[in-house]
Amino acid sequence: MSFASFSEFLAMGTHGPFVWTCYAISLAVLALNVALPIVARRRFLQDEARRMRREELK
Amino acid sequence: MAARILSVRAPDPALALMSNLMNWTWFHKLGSPKWFYEISRRWLPWLAVSAVLLLVVGLVWGLAFAPPDYQQGNSFRIIYIHVPAAFLAQSIYIMLAIAGTVGLVWKMKLADVALQQAAPIGAWMTVIALVTGAIWGKPTWGTYWVWDARLTSMLILLFLYFGVIALGNAITNRDSAAKACAVLAIVGVVNIPIIQYSVEWWNTLHQPATFSIVAKPAMPFEMWMPLLISVLGFYCFFGAVLLMRMRLEVLRREVRSSWAKAEIKAQVEKGL
Repeated sequence: MSFASFSEFLAMGTHGPFVWTCYAISLAVLALNVALPIVARRRFLQDEARRMRREELK
Repeated sequence: MAARILSVRAPDPALALMSNLMNWTWFHKLGSPKWFYEISRRWLPWLAVSAVLLLVVGLVWGLAFAPPDYQQGNSFRIIYIHVPAAFLAQSIYIMLAIAGTVGLVWKMKLADVALQQAAPIGAWMTVIALVTGAIWGKPTWGTYWVWDARLTSMLILLFLYFGVIALGNAITNRDSAAKACAVLAIVGVVNIPIIQYSVEWWNTLHQPATFSIVAKPAMPFEMWMPLLISVLGFYCFFGAVLLMRMRLEVLRREVRSSWAKAEIKAQVEKGL
């Protein structure tokens, strides 16, 4: 461990705000990249299921 | 005469392998959407698990356990995302150019799927590299942005990604869109060596490369090992997200085929 305490870890010397902003933004972008295709897939399957049901009724 | 017939009937195994490779069946299989859909189902969980493990180990090690830099203090910990994202941003663009070439030369449909689906991920990685670089620049250089050669060429990379994405969305005819995107990806690849050598050609603010394949790292082990792990984690992350996106796009394009219909039905019945 490079830090003596948790508050020191959060402070990152004087660079806390810079380091933590970077990590927060980057992890948010990574999460978005995972979430978007999952949501898109779900929406696509729902639309296709609806279309298939419609075609069966005809 | 008899001996000659015998030699034809029992071919050399090496020759047989060569003729197998030379009739390119493996290459055409790679272009088959159904085959890709099935094989990627097996790859995806491994890539996803490796990405999570490597990213957690690399980032926690880099954030909490690596020693602070003697000049930059703790702000240097930003490199554990900045460098992997920048590596990936450039690698993905090279991949776009390769996929574009394969698509143009062999008319492989899957190459176009790969190109279109990798471009947004590449753009996001470029954004991460630029934003983290800017935030790191403030305490280190005293400014968020300078028109340094490395920074400018990375900004051009972002615009190239935007160009590929916009071109793919703007052209409704799929074959024309694929061709246009492939050409743009191939032409734009000249920017990659410019990014790579910008820190050597123009001696401006950005520091030279942190990592080199040929030289031993200048950093101590506790500093470069987490960076290496994080880089690998980012590559696995890209692989997993790319497969997720490509699988959806393949299903979309093949929606009329019987295997895709069966797959959609099975997925819907499973409760999505």
